[in-house]
Amino acid sequence: MATRDEIFEKVRATLVDALGVDDDEVTPQARLSADLGAESIDFLDIVFRLEKAFNTKIPRGELFPENFASADVTLVADGQVTAKGLAELKSRMPHADVDAFAKDPKVENIPELFTVNMIVNFLVKKLGG
Amino acid sequence: MRWIWIDRFIEFVPGSHAKAIKNVTLAEEHLHDHLPGFPVMPGSLMLEGMAQTGGILLGQVHNFEHVVILAKVPKITFHSWATPGDTLTYTTKLLEARDEGGMVSCTAHVGDRLVAEGEIVFAHVDQAAAGSGRIDQKSFVFSMQLLGVLDVGKAGDGVMKLTNL
Repeated sequence: MATRDEIFEKVRATLVDALGVDDDEVTPQARLSADLGAESIDFLDIVFRLEKAFNTKIPRGELFPENFASADVTLVADGQVTAKGLAELKSRMPHADVDAFAKDPKVENIPELFTVNMIVNFLVKKLGG
Repeated sequence: MRWIWIDRFIEFVPGSHAKAIKNVTLAEEHLHDHLPGFPVMPGSLMLEGMAQTGGILLGQVHNFEHVVILAKVPKITFHSWATPGDTLTYTTKLLEARDEGGMVSCTAHVGDRLVAEGEIVFAHVDQAAAGSGRIDQKSFVFSMQLLGVLDVGKAGDGVMKLTNL
């Protein structure tokens, strides 16, 4: 089984290919959108490349949940993710740092959950399990 | 002018790969400005031709139920050029085909000479969104009139009747 470091290195190479960023920009804390400039379509490209690099299948919405805010009106109120919404995020994204997000749970901050570390967590769990 | 940048499919193996040709001719207005005194097929239009070849290959996987749009070109390299009289052969191979989109690798050749190579990512857009006018129709790599190009094509083992889809 690959170690966490090995997984990180492969994720780094994947993001360098998909986003055209430099090696040293891809740190564990880097946010895909804010720091690495990823746009919505890049998430699809990233999933394609991760599947190939790790020889695994990543079903739609498993790594990057879609349409979170519009799926259920009780998950969001006044532009903030509700307590129920936070619980939902935690259950859908056990690989993300939802506790850090909960300190300022604005809907527009949801993309902040998508970090390099989140992808590594996801793969460690997926490949290890 | 119709936004069709391939002339004919010469090979179409569903779910695997497709080859189409594009004949470059001085009748195309843009070649007189690109470039003055040195007409060459613009790289962007070669890319469009490869996207149309690959977009139809991907669209067929889901029986053309999705509107397939060019979403991203992760990499493209031009090694050479094509001039009037050349026949470009676009070869696309399906790398991914999922519900939300797909990806192909592509090359352009003139004879044995490699002109361009790259990768193209496509996204699926549902019919309702496509019809709302929010999406520029010209950006579609696949539309109904493009299907007609397949009429003269050879569809893989010949079992699949693409023109009847």
